[in-house]
Amino acid sequence: MAATDFLKLDTTHFDAEEILVRDSVAAWVSKEFMPRLQEHVRQDGSFPMELVPQMAELGMFGANLEGYGCAGMNNVAYGLLMQELERGDSGLRSFASVQGSLCMYPIHAYGSEEQKQRWLPGMAAGELIGCFGLTEPDFGSFVTGMRARAERKGDHWVLNGTKRWITNGSIAHLAIIWATTEEGVRGFVVETDSDGFESRDIKGKFSLRASVTSELFLQDVKVPEANRLPDAAGFRGPLSCLTQARYGISWGALGAAMACYEEALDYAKEREVQGGPLATKQLVQEKLVFMLTEITKGQLLSLQLGRLKDRGEMHPTMVSMAKRNNVDIALRIAREARDILGANGIVDDYQAMRHMLNLETVRTYEGTHDIHTLIIGEHITGMRAL
Amino acid sequence: MKVMVCLKQVPHQDARLEIRDDSTWIKEDNIKFEINSYDTYALEEALRIKDANEAEVVVVSVGPDRLTQALRTALGMGADRAVHVNDPAAEGSDSLGIAKILAAVAKEESPDLVITGLMADDDNYSAVPPMLSQLIGMPSATGVLKAEAQDGGYRVERELEGGALEVVDLPQPCLIAVQSGLNQVRYASLKGIMQAKKKPIDVKTAADLGLEGQVGASAQKVKVEKVYVPPKGDTAEMVEGSSEEIASTLVAKIKELGLL
Repeated sequence: MAATDFLKLDTTHFDAEEILVRDSVAAWVSKEFMPRLQEHVRQDGSFPMELVPQMAELGMFGANLEGYGCAGMNNVAYGLLMQELERGDSGLRSFASVQGSLCMYPIHAYGSEEQKQRWLPGMAAGELIGCFGLTEPDFGSFVTGMRARAERKGDHWVLNGTKRWITNGSIAHLAIIWATTEEGVRGFVVETDSDGFESRDIKGKFSLRASVTSELFLQDVKVPEANRLPDAAGFRGPLSCLTQARYGISWGALGAAMACYEEALDYAKEREVQGGPLATKQLVQEKLVFMLTEITKGQLLSLQLGRLKDRGEMHPTMVSMAKRNNVDIALRIAREARDILGANGIVDDYQAMRHMLNLETVRTYEGTHDIHTLIIGEHITGMRAL
Repeated sequence: MKVMVCLKQVPHQDARLEIRDDSTWIKEDNIKFEINSYDTYALEEALRIKDANEAEVVVVSVGPDRLTQALRTALGMGADRAVHVNDPAAEGSDSLGIAKILAAVAKEESPDLVITGLMADDDNYSAVPPMLSQLIGMPSATGVLKAEAQDGGYRVERELEGGALEVVDLPQPCLIAVQSGLNQVRYASLKGIMQAKKKPIDVKTAADLGLEGQVGASAQKVKVEKVYVPPKGDTAEMVEGSSEEIASTLVAKIKELGLL
C-alpha cells in the first residue's frame, strides 16, 4: 500500500492494469527522469529531450486515444499516468499533456482520416513534437479576444498573429494554431519550418523550469487547406482540447501533492528537534493530516471523473471542479510541505518548493483558478457572474 | 525454443521495513512489492532471446495473491504466459522447498533454457538457482554477465572475485543465474500492459505439482531463528579537528593498526 492510499483505492477501485500502468510509469520517472531533472531545472527552460523516445516507447503520448500507434488506455489509467509524471515534475506532465491532449487529441477528434494517418503515428512515436497555440500576449482567459487571423487565399490560408506561453513552442515540429476567420475560429496544423513562422523562448521563469515555454510569431504563414482541421468549428474545438488536458491536470496535481506529502512525512519522522522527531509536534501533525485528507478527497474526485469520462458522461463543468480543487490543494500542500522542511526546503535537494513554484503555473494555465470558479458558479446559478 | 524465467517478488527497495513481532521476518502488510532486481535482468535476457529468435518466455513464481502484480508486470514487459504457484501449504518454504516447486514446474514445461537472477534482494541466499539446476539435472552457471548462443549451447561469461571473468560453455538445456547489470531492463509499456490482459496466468498448488507435504514451513530444513537489526556498535572513534589534523590522526591510526 502506498503512503497516500488511505482509502484502499488500490484494492477496491483500481483494476490490475491501472495499477501496473501507474507503477511502470512511476519506476520510469524515478530511474530515468529524476536523475536528470535538477540539471534542467537549473538551466532555465529546457527539457531532457533524450527521454522523448523512451516516453514514446512506453506509450505516454496520446495514451488514451485509440489507433494510430496510441496505447488506447482507459481514462483512469491515463489519469494515473499523468499523476506519476507530475509526481516527477509538472514540466514532464505538461510535455505529455500538450503532446497528447492538446495536439494529438484535436487531430484525432477533428482531423480527416488522411490527417490522422499523416501525423498521429509520428506524434505517438515522439518523432513529431506538437505545440498548442491558443493563448495570445493580450488574451489568456478572455480567449474570444483572439487576434490571430487566417485568411483564405484559394487552396491555402494565410495566418498572421502572435501566440504566447506556448509549451514546447520552439522544439515543436507542428503547431496547432487557432485563428479567427470569416467563418469563425478554425484550427490549423502549421509546420513550424514554414516561412514566416518564428518562435522565441521565454526565459527567467520561476516555474516550470524543466519545460520549454515560447512565444510564436506568424507573419503571412502560408498553410494549405489540407492542414486545416475540417471538423473544428468555433471555440468548441480548442475548448474541448482544454477539457482533455484539464482532466489530466486534475490527476497530475495529485502526483505533485503526493510527492510533497511523502517528502514532508519522511522528513518529519527523521528530523530531530527539541528532543524528538518533528513528527511528534502537534502543529506538524495537523499539516500532515491536512495534506493526506486533501489528497484522498482529490483522488476520489478524479477517479469518479475518470469513470464518468469512460462512460461518456463527463461534463466540462465537472472537470473545472476537479482541476480547480486539485491544483489548489496541491499548491497548498506544497507550501505546507516546504514549511515542514524548514530552511532545507528552499534548496533543490528537496522537491517541495520546486513543485510549489510549478503549481503556481498550473493554477494559472488551462483555465485559471478564478475562471473555473466562475464556470462552476454559472453552472450552479444559471447566471453569469458580473 | 522455450525459456523459463524464475522470479521472486520482494519488498520494494523504497519500502520502510519493520520487523515482525515474532522476529522471524518483516511486516508485509503495508508495504509495496516489486520484482527482485536480479530477476528483472533474467527476464530481460529472456525477452532479448525472444526478440531475436521467436522464443516463448514463461515466467514462474511462488507466492500469495499479491504475486499476481509481479507476474502481470512480467507479462506487460513481454513474457508470453505465467505460472503462479499460489498455495498456503507452500508458504514458509526454504530455498530447497522453492527449488522443488520450480523444478516440478520445469518438469512440466521442459524449457530449453532456464534463467534466474543470481540472488534475491530480500534474503540474499543465492541458493535456489544451483539447487534447481541439480533437481532438474541441468548444468548451470551463476554470476553470469554475458550469455551468447553458440553451437547448440551457450557461451557465458561469469564474474569471479577480484574483477576476473571466467568463460564457460554450457549445452542446451541449461540454467543460468544472471548478475545484475548484464543488460538494460525494459519497462512494461502501456501497450504491453493492455496486451498482457489477455495473457494467461496458470495458478497451481503444491498438490497439483505432486509436492504435498514436501514443501512449506513443515518441510523446512533451514529455519529462521531471528531477524534483527544489529545494535549500533560502540567501537567507533570520532576524530575531530581541522582537515589536516584529522588526516594525520587517521594516517597514524592506520599505521598503528598495521593496515598499511
